[in-house]
Amino acid sequence: MNLTRRDFMSIMGIAGSTGFLSPAAVASSWGSGKDPYEVPEYGNVTLLHITDTHAQLLPVWWREPGTNIGTRPQKEWGITPHLVGNAKLAYYDIQAGTPEGYALSCMDFDTLAHKYGKIGGYAHIATLVKRYREQVGKKAILLDGGDAWQGSATSLWTKAEDMVGAQNLLKEDYFVGHWEFTYGADRVEYLLKHKLQAKFLSQNVFTIPWDEPVFDPYAIHEVSGRKVAIIGQSFPFTPIANPAYFTPKWSFGIHPGHMQKMVDECREKHHADLVVVLSHNGADVDKKMASQVNGIDIILGGHTHEIMGPKPVMVNKTLIINTSTNGKFLARFDLDVGKGKLNGWRFHYLPIISNMIPADPEMVDYIHKVRAPYAEKLAEPLAVTESLLYRRDNFNGTFDQIICDALREEMDCEAAFSPGFRWGYCKLPGETITMEDVMGQTAITYPQVTVTEYTGAELKNVMEQVADNLFNPDPYYIQGGDMIRVGNIQYTMDPSESIDKRITDLRVGGKLVQASKRYKVAGWGAMNPVEGTPVWDIFAKWLRSKKTVSAEPRDLPVLTKNMQGNPGIAFPKEYDL
Amino acid sequence: MSNMMKRREFINKSALGMVVVAGSSYLIPGIANAANVPGWPAAPFDAKVLDKAMEASIKTTSVTTSPKVHLTAPTIAENGAAVPVTVDVDYPMDPDDYIDTIYLYIDHNPTPLASEFHFTPANGRAYFQERVKMAKTDHMRVVAKTNKGVLMASAPREVKVTIGGCGG
Amino acid sequence: MSAIGNPMIRMPSSAKKGEIVEVRSLIMNPMTTGLQKNKAGKIIPAHFIQTVEVTFGAKPLSHLDWSTAVSANPYLAFKMRAEDSGILEMTWKDNQGGVWSAKASLKVA
Repeated sequence: MNLTRRDFMSIMGIAGSTGFLSPAAVASSWGSGKDPYEVPEYGNVTLLHITDTHAQLLPVWWREPGTNIGTRPQKEWGITPHLVGNAKLAYYDIQAGTPEGYALSCMDFDTLAHKYGKIGGYAHIATLVKRYREQVGKKAILLDGGDAWQGSATSLWTKAEDMVGAQNLLKEDYFVGHWEFTYGADRVEYLLKHKLQAKFLSQNVFTIPWDEPVFDPYAIHEVSGRKVAIIGQSFPFTPIANPAYFTPKWSFGIHPGHMQKMVDECREKHHADLVVVLSHNGADVDKKMASQVNGIDIILGGHTHEIMGPKPVMVNKTLIINTSTNGKFLARFDLDVGKGKLNGWRFHYLPIISNMIPADPEMVDYIHKVRAPYAEKLAEPLAVTESLLYRRDNFNGTFDQIICDALREEMDCEAAFSPGFRWGYCKLPGETITMEDVMGQTAITYPQVTVTEYTGAELKNVMEQVADNLFNPDPYYIQGGDMIRVGNIQYTMDPSESIDKRITDLRVGGKLVQASKRYKVAGWGAMNPVEGTPVWDIFAKWLRSKKTVSAEPRDLPVLTKNMQGNPGIAFPKEYDL
Repeated sequence: MSNMMKRREFINKSALGMVVVAGSSYLIPGIANAANVPGWPAAPFDAKVLDKAMEASIKTTSVTTSPKVHLTAPTIAENGAAVPVTVDVDYPMDPDDYIDTIYLYIDHNPTPLASEFHFTPANGRAYFQERVKMAKTDHMRVVAKTNKGVLMASAPREVKVTIGGCGG
Repeated sequence: MSAIGNPMIRMPSSAKKGEIVEVRSLIMNPMTTGLQKNKAGKIIPAHFIQTVEVTFGAKPLSHLDWSTAVSANPYLAFKMRAEDSGILEMTWKDNQGGVWSAKASLKVA
């Protein structure tokens, strides 16, 4: 993979349709005075893809995970996206300390963040989208892979209307969903019908009990005299990963058989020249689905919150990408679509480093306007952090650690659980945590804090169930999310084991857990409707009382020795490896 | 023509016939006041373990799996009280050679035999969809029986019933 | 107890000769197992549909036997080959003497 930009260019020259530009190739042009966002025109269709922005209208800090172990046997370790830190840099052939090194690795995050600045932001995305639309004209299609409506205070307080406005300004063409559904079926239907201009597509959402499609499964988009079929795939495990009571009459699932039927229908009935799936499956599920379904040219993936690359992964003649989160990347496919087939393609992951892209004035105005009513509340300073605060990691992120600390102290519990969400941006050491930042970690429609008395056996069962949702070797049995975050709970974890056998030496407060003893555990994000104070109020109260916070010590598990050398672990010492 | 007679026709069509058992000894305690619908095969439905349920329904506990028998169910249940199951068998439905019955078993349910679907060639396709209950993570499987008594099974399908949450 | 009965059938009203059409149906029934207790600790009696008879043009088409494992308010879909115009009739019977029927007509061109 040690290719220079010149090598890439020559490969493209020789191989034509199989050429690509990697982020490394883009990186090599950085600092050379050349515009790193300049992408040559190619072909007759351009797909622009963003996903999982999690309602971050403004640029944020976003650190890649330091732990993303994956579930493959040891001989298959290091398959994208399950690699982190220096292993990831080596795989992508990227120098540490470059803009790409900053965008793609957790190493030296604090230092590089100060050097390169925040990522994402709809005003910066808008500038790049407008620029490419001007470049290629009507050949462009802009697709949003979902999780755009949730993750911020303003999205929660406007019930996603702030995000719909931003999507409309971007002139998005197609959309699928996941967290969108946690606003409830009625709100989703209202926004899709009356507010959102993009077309919402899903082949995998059906009514209960009659099993009929809820949404249009696909659209045929005519461009440059070619027919591009866009098939939507919403998050298959929505009513399992999130409360089912938000969508009691809708059933989800992967439905590879129905996907095949849709692909065949697009090709045979509509004579589609290209079949694209806009997916919120997650990278591992996309790969398995592509191995089962024939005739998909491209899967534009999300949910994984990391790019999968550097070039698209090819499974069963299907090109699969995954486009990160929080507006960190825009993906661009330039395609030469022939009659009934894809003749050639070029692909770029474009990091949205906000300091390097001017803000679009129209979007700036819009964002200012939607935030204005809440500005004072959002800006309330609560505490200063001494630690780098982040969430994304297989185990306790530092932000979750202090949420667990807050829950234990405020609810007077010996232990705490916090959901293994993968959204939630970062704060740098020395920064002030504001109310907006608290909402950036907690803005969900089921935020009630509960205190539950678990027996030791129940405690272990909860953790085993969640661990299997993360480490089951078959991606179709993984519903997404990271390991449940714990406060004052210690354990040893073997990810390669099967359910009920992964967790050993389980302790609360350092003492071995007894199966029949009861433990008082604070938590939030219950799957059934419950009464309780919203977690943001409890977290904010605790922060105000502390004034200064640190995420040490952390309740990380000990990982078993068979995880030694796993390229999905950047800092093995954190896990006693 | 009464429904009872129709039922009898079905039994006659089956090469093996069906042992029709009705009696209080097969009733589970809660339905002591109720009466089984005549013809409903209580013995296999009352069996408490998979082997007994298979023995009572198809007279064997070992059936070769066939790629012709497709059993589709979610990998993770959205609701353990209503898990959608689709069964589809690639087999002709000719008057002299067709799928006569499909048996659906859920390995560790209190009574593993969940349903029997008896077809005629006029169905055109041995296919059905229904929803079933599963108390915990378990395997389900189906056995298809032709009118000549040939048995073929689907691969067992694991359905995870989990606590959920933590979603992405 | 919630509503019981109210059987429904959804299927195409017309089909080409030889076409295989899907028949879908729904009926309200508690489908209780007889194994669960109510809040007072008393066993909830088993109450469930045991048989479904399907005829087309008064000729037997299919027959099902169900256990308590079938979910509350059972949904059932199956197929039939459209050969002649006629009436499809489904009859559900439960273990407490409940009997319900529903009909749908199919026109074969």
